[in-house]
Amino acid sequence: MRKITWSIVAVVVALFISAGLAQASTKDEVQKRGYLQCGVSTGLPGFSNPDEKGTWTGLDVDVCKAIAAATLGDATKIKYVPLNAKERFTALQSGEIDALVRGTTWTLTRDSSLGLNFTGVNYYDGQGFLVSKKLGVKSALELDGAAVCIQGGTTTELNLADYFKEKKMEYKPVVFDTHDATAKAFDNGRCDVLTSDQSQLYGLRTHLSKPADAIVLPEVISKEPLGPVVRQGDDAWFNIVKWALNAMIEAEEMGVTQANVDEMKKSKNPGVRRLLGVDGIGGKGLGLNDDWAYQIIKQVGNYGEIFERNVGKGSPLQIERGLNALWSKGGIMYAPPLR
Amino acid sequence: MSNSKKQFWWNNAQHRSLFFQVLLVALLVGFFWFIGSNTLTNLERRGISTGFGFLSQVSGFGIIQHLIPFDETYTFGRTFLVGLLNTLLVSAVGIVFATIIGVVVGVARLSNNWLIAKLAMVYIEIFRNIPLLLQMFFWYFAVLRTLPAPKQSWSAGDVIFLNIRGLYLPEPIFGPGFNFVFWALGLAIVTTLFISRWAKLRQEQTGKQFKTMTVGAGLIFGLPTIVFFLADASLSWNVPALKGFNFRGGITIIPEFTALLTALSIYTGAFIAEVVRSGIMAVNSGQTEAASALGLHKNRILKLVVIPQAMRVIIPQLTSQYLNLVKNSSLATAIGYPDLVAVFAGTTLNQTGQAIEVIAMTMGVYLFLSLSISAFMNWYNKKMMLVER
Ligand SMILES: N[C@@H](CCC(=O)N[C@@H](CS)C(=O)NCC(=O)O)C(=O)O
Repeated sequence: MRKITWSIVAVVVALFISAGLAQASTKDEVQKRGYLQCGVSTGLPGFSNPDEKGTWTGLDVDVCKAIAAATLGDATKIKYVPLNAKERFTALQSGEIDALVRGTTWTLTRDSSLGLNFTGVNYYDGQGFLVSKKLGVKSALELDGAAVCIQGGTTTELNLADYFKEKKMEYKPVVFDTHDATAKAFDNGRCDVLTSDQSQLYGLRTHLSKPADAIVLPEVISKEPLGPVVRQGDDAWFNIVKWALNAMIEAEEMGVTQANVDEMKKSKNPGVRRLLGVDGIGGKGLGLNDDWAYQIIKQVGNYGEIFERNVGKGSPLQIERGLNALWSKGGIMYAPPLR
Repeated sequence: MSNSKKQFWWNNAQHRSLFFQVLLVALLVGFFWFIGSNTLTNLERRGISTGFGFLSQVSGFGIIQHLIPFDETYTFGRTFLVGLLNTLLVSAVGIVFATIIGVVVGVARLSNNWLIAKLAMVYIEIFRNIPLLLQMFFWYFAVLRTLPAPKQSWSAGDVIFLNIRGLYLPEPIFGPGFNFVFWALGLAIVTTLFISRWAKLRQEQTGKQFKTMTVGAGLIFGLPTIVFFLADASLSWNVPALKGFNFRGGITIIPEFTALLTALSIYTGAFIAEVVRSGIMAVNSGQTEAASALGLHKNRILKLVVIPQAMRVIIPQLTSQYLNLVKNSSLATAIGYPDLVAVFAGTTLNQTGQAIEVIAMTMGVYLFLSLSISAFMNWYNKKMMLVER
């Protein structure tokens, strides 16, 4: 609460001071500062999670890295700011972070009335339910009267109300503001159900005292397109964050990987040459070096690689590509042409 | 010529001070107006919604404890009321419990019995020195864990149940005719108040005592009972029953409330105990000795000599403890109790994004609550002050 209050004070002060002044460009600020301030979760395996040494890894973290690689040429120059659901938007509005990549669902309200813009989608998710096996429940339709643990200030809270209302079922929402408290309360037996974006439930389950005692129900009750967010009104920065992600998706489609990117520079394929900044517009439009996308792929990898490494086959989560496969492979990941 | 010297208005001290006061107010108003309008313009330029229109939008989320009807179809404005009432509930009950604990422990701390005095001291030192948030986590996560699951609930006579999801009590359903009983109860209370005033006056004038307590208790219990039978009122109970995973029906006291209440009462109680102790110790021992020399009984000394004087020291400090308790109740959100900060400054703020409006309203509430408590305690303090004769 205190943190939020201060952020809000900062927003007010910033708004007050910025009277009449033109907004400083985030890109210039990041380059002058020498590092990117990236808002992430407080710890979600596979998406943004610090290890014992404080090194952050995950799918969201890799998007932060891509932004840093493109803007600064160095994917390690990042200060990660862990944020819970309630803190995240004020942190971005107040300028405490340059970009928010924290499993944040793209919705109309958020895009249109918070002074923020979503730049794309780095993971297509949906809301699911984690229940204790002891309940003997096979479907979410059997959850009438259940006590449900949730994190406040999320779309999760709203979808839950919609779903139970539509199905004419009752529920008791137990709302926490941190991820830890939510998981712990569920673990203690305070709730029958924990609900969240389904991708997180698998990671969360590994943190329970007896992971094998909990199962994820088959129902997915919402659309949760999770994507990076920036402040509204800084179009140059918006473009950089948007295309950093697009470049990773395009690289996967073109078969450019972290391992072969140097070789690919010599490729004859015009698409690959444009992507890697050998030919074409390069970084002119974005105000970056021509090799901005090369740096992303070299230092971070293409979308398929970061997916498999963090949440897919190369990770304990073993999540299928599903919707997150390329459009050409049965999913809906699709980048506009880099040309 | 000396008379005709013109008197300028600024030569008059009163006028001058009036002028400066008006000027100051004008400047302040202007300053806040400037900040306000500036902020609004900038919010709009940045594409952040402003205004209080959101209060009439549908909220779309549920709240586990609501003292007034609420579900996801009610408005954001309603979430404000629900949160506010939850804050008031835990604060009011907390103040009562903290005061009881504080008085008992504070008096125990001064006991001549070594063990009791030391126990009180240990209590105070432990609970005063551990951060409140940790205590809340302890009660909520560590103690709660030990309660059974709904299917294994502990029950008292199959009407009261306790499990990890809460304490379930039967809810009285007042049938027709029951409003007479409430009227009778009200009447009995008012009459008792009058009797006690009359008894006090009479004692002052004639020295005769009257058993107000006995008569009052008889009235308050007796009258409604008689009316209950006369009016043929019916009372039934909605007894909670296990249905599906959880108990339904009856009244539920959620564990988040219990944990928060326990933590707040015990923590603030420790501070109040010290306040009570300092108050009692501030009363000169000569007073006690003089009173016992007059042959007054120990209890009477406490009631007539020590407490009235101690109160003068206690009340101002008690006020700030009460204020602390109310403000500390905003930690509720850490353990999922739906107070004003959790519901309104938390979820509502987040779902609407209207941080400035929401935080301003929330701060307004806490300011109002604090000022009200202060005002009440000041009034009470005045009443308790030594009346100089
Ligand atoms: N997609 C949801 C976010 C859901 C969310 O925040 N879920 C919790 C899961 S319990 C979470 O990610 N917590 C991580 C944290 O607070 O660090 C939204 O945008 O509202």
